[in-house]
Amino acid sequence: MRRIPVLDALFPRRVTEVSPGRSKTTTPRFPGSLQLRHVDAGSCNGCEVEITQVFAPVCDAGRFGIRLVASPRHADGLLVTGVVTKNMAAPLTKTLEAVPRPRVVVACGDCAVGDGVFSKGYGVAGSVSDVVPVDLEIRGCPPEPTAITEALRVLTGR
Amino acid sequence: MTGGLADLAVVDPALAERVGVSAVQVGIVLVGGPLLLGLMGKLRARAEGRVGAPITQGLADLRKLLHKEAIRAEPTSAVSAMAPVVLVGSAAVAAALTPLVSTRPVSAGGADVFLVVYLLLMGSIALALGGLDAGTAFGGMGSSRAMTIGAISEPALLVGILALAVQARTSNLPGIVKASLAHPGWLASPQRILALGALVVVVIAETGRIPVDNPSTHLELTMIHEAMVLEQAGPDLALTTAGEAMRLGLLLGLVANLFFPWGVADSGGGLAIAVGIFALAVKASALAALIALIEVSTAKLRLFRVPELLAGGFVLAIVAVTIGLVSR
Amino acid sequence: MSATAYLIGVSALCAAAVLGAILPAGQRLLGAALLSAVGCLAALAGSGEVLVSGHPFAMHSAEVLPLTGVDVSLDPLGALFVAITAIVGLAVSWYSIGYGAHPHASRTTTAVLPAFLATLLLVPAASSVATFMAAWELMALTSLLGLLGEHRRRPETRDAAQWYAVMTHIGAAAILFGLVLLGAHAGGQSFAAIAAHRRELSMPLRSAVFVITLAGFASKAGAVPLHVWLPRAHPEAPSPVSALMSGAMVNLGVYGILRVGEVLLGGGELWWWLLVASLGVTSAFFGALHAAASTDLKRLLAYSTVDNVGLVLIGVGAAGALQCDGDRLLAGLALVATLFHLANHALFKSGLFLAAGAIQHSTATRDLDRLGGLARRMPVTAVLFGIGALSISAVPGSNGFASEWLLFEGLLQGIASRSAVTQAALLAGVAALAITGGLTATAFVKAIGVGFLGQPRTQAAREAKDVAPSMLAGMGILAVACVTLGVVPGVALPVLERAAAGGLAGGAPHALRPGIGIELAAARGAIDPALVVVGLLAAFILAGSAVRFAPRPAQLRHPRRGEVWGCGRELQTARMEITATSFAEPLQRVFADVLRPDHDLEVTHASESRYFPEAISFHQRIDDAIERLVYRPVIAAVVSWGRLARRIPNGSVHRYLAFGFAALLLVLVVLR
Repeated sequence: MRRIPVLDALFPRRVTEVSPGRSKTTTPRFPGSLQLRHVDAGSCNGCEVEITQVFAPVCDAGRFGIRLVASPRHADGLLVTGVVTKNMAAPLTKTLEAVPRPRVVVACGDCAVGDGVFSKGYGVAGSVSDVVPVDLEIRGCPPEPTAITEALRVLTGR
Repeated sequence: MTGGLADLAVVDPALAERVGVSAVQVGIVLVGGPLLLGLMGKLRARAEGRVGAPITQGLADLRKLLHKEAIRAEPTSAVSAMAPVVLVGSAAVAAALTPLVSTRPVSAGGADVFLVVYLLLMGSIALALGGLDAGTAFGGMGSSRAMTIGAISEPALLVGILALAVQARTSNLPGIVKASLAHPGWLASPQRILALGALVVVVIAETGRIPVDNPSTHLELTMIHEAMVLEQAGPDLALTTAGEAMRLGLLLGLVANLFFPWGVADSGGGLAIAVGIFALAVKASALAALIALIEVSTAKLRLFRVPELLAGGFVLAIVAVTIGLVSR
Repeated sequence: MSATAYLIGVSALCAAAVLGAILPAGQRLLGAALLSAVGCLAALAGSGEVLVSGHPFAMHSAEVLPLTGVDVSLDPLGALFVAITAIVGLAVSWYSIGYGAHPHASRTTTAVLPAFLATLLLVPAASSVATFMAAWELMALTSLLGLLGEHRRRPETRDAAQWYAVMTHIGAAAILFGLVLLGAHAGGQSFAAIAAHRRELSMPLRSAVFVITLAGFASKAGAVPLHVWLPRAHPEAPSPVSALMSGAMVNLGVYGILRVGEVLLGGGELWWWLLVASLGVTSAFFGALHAAASTDLKRLLAYSTVDNVGLVLIGVGAAGALQCDGDRLLAGLALVATLFHLANHALFKSGLFLAAGAIQHSTATRDLDRLGGLARRMPVTAVLFGIGALSISAVPGSNGFASEWLLFEGLLQGIASRSAVTQAALLAGVAALAITGGLTATAFVKAIGVGFLGQPRTQAAREAKDVAPSMLAGMGILAVACVTLGVVPGVALPVLERAAAGGLAGGAPHALRPGIGIELAAARGAIDPALVVVGLLAAFILAGSAVRFAPRPAQLRHPRRGEVWGCGRELQTARMEITATSFAEPLQRVFADVLRPDHDLEVTHASESRYFPEAISFHQRIDDAIERLVYRPVIAAVVSWGRLARRIPNGSVHRYLAFGFAALLLVLVVLR
């Protein structure tokens, strides 16, 4: 996985491993209300299928105040899936720029975190944290909907 | 008796009470609008087998949005800053004048139903101009669709209201409500039922619910209202969302009180006003539940079928007026 | 006193016209404009006195016109129209000072504009058939010269002038025929004599006169289907001239209908007024729809004039119908609403045309698809255009809202009337008012949004600068008048009531209570625009401060300037903006049967195979459907008859002698 040293220096990684019951995060919290804009930076859509289940009747993340929105201007942060391909690096940065602060970036899935099966592809620019600062990582290929929901609940505190 | 600027020069307790009533109405619409939206969301969720967000979610969202930063796109002008303010302001003034809780708001003589309709139009114009300000294609498309649907729903709205005004011989809102209170038999008259049908169709169109518009869509090409606010962030978005919720609350309260006026306070006094607030909550929630039921059981109409729906509403309204005139 | 002021006004305008023709270039503009402004003020003073005091004046002069002399008299109805024209003329004169610095401005415009104004002031004051027709024809002539003031070599301008000349002349012929018929049978050509003898005329004769003159006046007012000259002439005329045409000249068509129908013919039958109202309903809908579908700014404003004239005709029809039904109180209310709307339309429409002229002055285009971003480059013009646009969209607190509300009230109270046909007509009127309200709002949101907001679409729009102060002052006068009448409409109502009483056969009792807002007598309804405006301002301030002062971390306090959200796209150019054509597309699809757009699709295939297109070209045009479906066949028929008839004079002297002989025989037989 290529690292981009300048970005590393400017935006040091602040990550949290999610495990039930423990969180050492210093990320901004959004009590009771969290809107996220999903960005597919180059995923195989496996994580997207799981994210669909997060908002479906069984996991129902909506009851914690979590919602996906259409425009980054309406969002509190980004939910990024997939490796960042070369074509998506600049759009991802622009999308984060369009999010009003305070904001978070959630990297969902092994590819986004940097350990995925596609990480060494020739069209890949890097993991999400190589392009934008990541506040929350969710591992798994794909992560289960319950794991994604638990991770997002860390942000809403509910 | 018209309250007006002339009255403000003389401070008298009746005027103070009327201003208080109007302030209460604005507050109720401001808080109740998001609650009604939350109720509709909850009913939808339950119908889909989910638990869904709590009813107060809208208020929590608004509070969070107020504390975020505002972003204005580079080519925008003052219109982007003013559009959400005008939307909320026009809805607030309309709420102050409509007899939601009591038939004695400030300036009861000047509380005309056409004034309320045109105040809502003012809000729509502001929202549409806000969507055009950034010069994007999606914003312009949203404005174009919203104004077209607004233009086609105007005849149904105004002729439906005309049916009520002709029956009550006045277009003054407290006058219509008082006349309806005095004639309980009017509720079952065919012109009222048809006018109610027309106005429900118009309320769905004006507030952008399914089957006219899907408020939670992510596909820009299917958006109508959402597309106009794509550029708004933080406090601007908070005002716009609050404004749209206020318009929903106002429209539901207005339709409820025009057709089912029981519970509206006709005299002063805290007890009457409390009863009025409770009655308004019950009636508006019932109408909101009806709209949520319609939302759950139909699919969104194709954009070019919406005029047919609104034309149907217009026909209902015309038939209502004709029946009213013929049966006099 | 009022007579003197009025005469001074008219003479000053004639003098201004002469000055505009003979003075050298440097002093021409200023001299003519100042003298016109003085003339308009004098006319305003004269007509104002007639309106406020209610005392008309009458003058007769046997010198100016041979055989009949000139009769000038100003009663409250005519005085209202004179006053409206004078206010609009004042603003236009001021505007023309700066406008004359335009490279295309010509001496013709400077000379003809005051002359046009003078004739516009004469028509409402004419009180005999001869004076009326003389003033009417002079008005047509001066407006035609004004239309040709600029760009007279361009084919569109010549085409527009041709249509305008023919239609206005045919209309004038119809009016002349009707009035002469009336005068001949009533035994005198002065209006006073006609009004005195009208009971001796038979109803079929009166109906014939009404219908014939209605055709002429409706054509001048721009009612569908006689409106086709309007969207051609207004865009091509110089802006001061189009402002006067829309703001003052079309009013005189309505004035003619009122004068002939009510005052001279004494009210007449119900079907007259239902005819007028149905013309109004069609014009309102058709005009509003075409305005919403136009991409040329001035054509949009011209069709919007057709729309508003339709609303006015609905009011006139309602007033006349209610008066025939015997309900003079409600008829008076409807007529007050109509005259109020006419006055308001004159104010905001001329302001809008002047602003469109300012835009054309700065950017050399009036196509909305070539403008954009003008709000930051021409801020004052943008605000003044915005005030006019909000007034015409009937936003509460504007004068457009006050008059539309009053019109609604007139129709609503009138629906309780006796005859079922009147009820149906009034219901159609309410439906027309409703649809045009929405369509007008769409049209003007498009004009503001595409023309002023967003990014500039062309270099000309990018380099636009705001116009000269005199032009801004001219627009400002009208904007101030709009806002004043919107916030305190009650000040204008007594004057309008007096004019309406003069416009209805038999007068009308007071339907409105005095006050700063509008209140109907018998407590049937009221609005208080002043309170609404105060409430709105308070609400805006509160909402704005709630946002501004909500607690936020320090670096988030002020709005951040960011890129336009383009879905992450690298570049957002002006080519990606919404266009006026696409803004109107949903409406155009819904009303495709009425608009009948013309589609032209040309596909060039690759030489190798028909399945691979090399180039595709698509053109769309929205023509006036009535022109295409009604006028073109008629014109084609007339042209083919003309060709047939051309074969008769074939050059043979024998044939001509034979014709002469046959005609002589015919005359002798007939005169036996």
